[in-house]
Amino acid sequence: MKHASRRDFLKKCVTGVAVLPAAGKAWAEQPRAWRGGAEGMPLLAAAEQAAPTAKSRVVVARDAMLRGSGTTVDSGRVLSLLDRAMQSLFDVDHPGEPWKRLVRPGVTVGLKVNTLGGRGLSTNVQLVEAICERLQEAGIKAHDIIIWDRDTDEMDHVGFHTSTADNRVQCFGSDRTGFEEDYATYGKVGSRLSKILTQRCSVLINVPILKDHDGAGVTVALKNMYGVIHNPNKLHPDGGDPYIADLNMLPAIKTKMRLTICDATTACYEGGPGFKPQYSWQNNALILSQDPVALDYIGWQIIERKRAEKKLKTLEAAGRLPRYIATAADAQHRLGTNDPRRIELVEVSA
Amino acid sequence: MSRESHALAKVTAPAPGATEGQSPVLEHEHRLLSPLLDRRSFLRCALVSGTALGIGELVRPLAAIPSPADPQKQDDSRFTVEAKFYQKLENKKVKCKLCPRECVVGDRERGYCGVRENHGGTYYSLVHSRVCAAHVDPIEKKPLFHYLPGTLAFSLATAGCNVNCKFCQNWDISQVRPEQVPAEYAPPKLVADLAKQHGCPTIAYTYSEPVVFSEYIMDAADAGHEAGIRSVVVSNGYMQEEALKTAYGKMDAIKIDLKAFSESYYKDVVVGELKPVLDTLVTLRKMGKWTEIVYLVVPTLNDSEAEFRGLARWVKANLGNDVPLHFTQFHPEYLLKNLPITPVPTLERAKAIADAEGLHYVYIGNVPGHPAENTYCPKCHRLLVERVGMMAKQMLIRKNSCPFCGQQIPGLWHA
Repeated sequence: MKHASRRDFLKKCVTGVAVLPAAGKAWAEQPRAWRGGAEGMPLLAAAEQAAPTAKSRVVVARDAMLRGSGTTVDSGRVLSLLDRAMQSLFDVDHPGEPWKRLVRPGVTVGLKVNTLGGRGLSTNVQLVEAICERLQEAGIKAHDIIIWDRDTDEMDHVGFHTSTADNRVQCFGSDRTGFEEDYATYGKVGSRLSKILTQRCSVLINVPILKDHDGAGVTVALKNMYGVIHNPNKLHPDGGDPYIADLNMLPAIKTKMRLTICDATTACYEGGPGFKPQYSWQNNALILSQDPVALDYIGWQIIERKRAEKKLKTLEAAGRLPRYIATAADAQHRLGTNDPRRIELVEVSA
Repeated sequence: MSRESHALAKVTAPAPGATEGQSPVLEHEHRLLSPLLDRRSFLRCALVSGTALGIGELVRPLAAIPSPADPQKQDDSRFTVEAKFYQKLENKKVKCKLCPRECVVGDRERGYCGVRENHGGTYYSLVHSRVCAAHVDPIEKKPLFHYLPGTLAFSLATAGCNVNCKFCQNWDISQVRPEQVPAEYAPPKLVADLAKQHGCPTIAYTYSEPVVFSEYIMDAADAGHEAGIRSVVVSNGYMQEEALKTAYGKMDAIKIDLKAFSESYYKDVVVGELKPVLDTLVTLRKMGKWTEIVYLVVPTLNDSEAEFRGLARWVKANLGNDVPLHFTQFHPEYLLKNLPITPVPTLERAKAIADAEGLHYVYIGNVPGHPAENTYCPKCHRLLVERVGMMAKQMLIRKNSCPFCGQQIPGLWHA
């Protein structure tokens, strides 16, 4: 074995190519986790070797009548859809059961929403209310639930009104609390994390939306974490690869992340991430998984199908292949699987 | 005082004993001017030799910013102007034409620099007149050694940078968005007035990266020139040619941080590219702008003999042998804390190589008291400008020439 000189070692430390052991801790406690392959093996070989006994389950739950006869999502129907999706994800019969497996009384649950797209393309308030309702039924006190995103004004604009009262669900942006002074680093990422994440939340539930992204290709679960750092602008080169995967490796994110509930009720297949009505469609679906990579892979496929239906180029042909999804699944990251053979897709209809 | 409120109420002031590319913008607050100095602070103040003086007009409002938990409630509209260098694209996207990165920015998103935002297909700078650091420095601290030595520069910065150097000493203002750091409204005329009030013949745009606040420096330079104040810029030079000619065309002198002489270093450590920076240097030469180059020597990363030699040869071939080249000492900071301070012999080796290649003015920086801080006549080798700790102590050049042998010494030596 060739020994690295001190000079080489220092270079590697600087350029961030040193391989850190990946820990699948984010969902290690959960029954259907894909826990990654062996270290130090070529990507494919590692995947074959470590073929998990259980696949990563991704649930796509649809309700064609989600909006009733109106244009906004119906609160009752979205709660019902959420229940069905959660029951499918956790293989249980009772709507409250999955939440009791997911959280315990006394923890503080952060619901990371996405409000960048304004009123047309942000996480639905009705969905978040439904999540809050089930969390409280599972014993989480209202003030131990924090709905948050990067900016309070953006949240307010889409209906997440600021709330800091003791007996209420908390709701505010990172601009209210600021960011940690110290940089959290992994690979090519060096960022200051929101104090909401580091100091307030013990459990994180990601509530992103499903949309096209002009740089990264798509933005679903993994990229929604750009909203928890002070410098997302620095992580956009090269389609966010490997930045998105590296960011999700930060312990404060990885160890707290329990579940992604993607609001795909309205989705966007072109022109994202901003809201473009002409490129958005009412998909009336929720996508749930504990494996954010598998969820991103499925979300990407949904967008590709819509693009094909609209006679648009594939994202690869458009020069926007979301390569970061494969990177998130590679031997250095092991944040989940992007291998369709190892994804159990469950489709549920209301 | 909590850490958070302290951070938001801070006044940033550059630390002494370091050149701009390496100068930590430290959080001195009011204690800097108070008698309650600890030994460390006293030494800093002593070293800076009185340069930590009056920015009173900026200090008070910065420190008085209320609502420490809510820094975003600055009046953003005052700082927002339409960007000058961009192109409109379909779907309300824009392409920034300021730097070679050419960010394509969607509606409501920002470019890589974090200080330019797309609103409905129009691109805006968010940092015009939004000063987050201001200070009175000796011009030698930029460092500009051949430009009005012994004078002061009214030095300022806004938030933001178009690269992300892992060794950045000013990361607390360069790698943040404007709403994440306290700032004060300082329109161009105020800057010119303050410079004049503080006896500064020059305004310096520095600390973070002036490329990203180009609109502001252009307006401030105009205001300064009307008041008889010159403008200099301390920049990474990572800029498109048209923007360079337009914005830096208004500057009177320029210092370029040439971070390395290899593309791989620029890619991995700077998150930029070398070629456009070299192009910038050539363009500035053609424009006739007084330019000095700083090369921060980072142990193991850009300190090879081949790199020093390649750099020196390139400078001589493309810019001439009269361009001052400063090899400066690295100090561990930001994301690069695992490397040691650059050994002085490494800097001396770099200088020896550049000297041997025929460059006339090669300096060593960030090593106070080193004889290579001084300017010597390239012909008779007599001492012409003696510097100690960033201060010009003795200046013998007369009529742009060596008083001993008559050799012309390039630069601007007298106002």
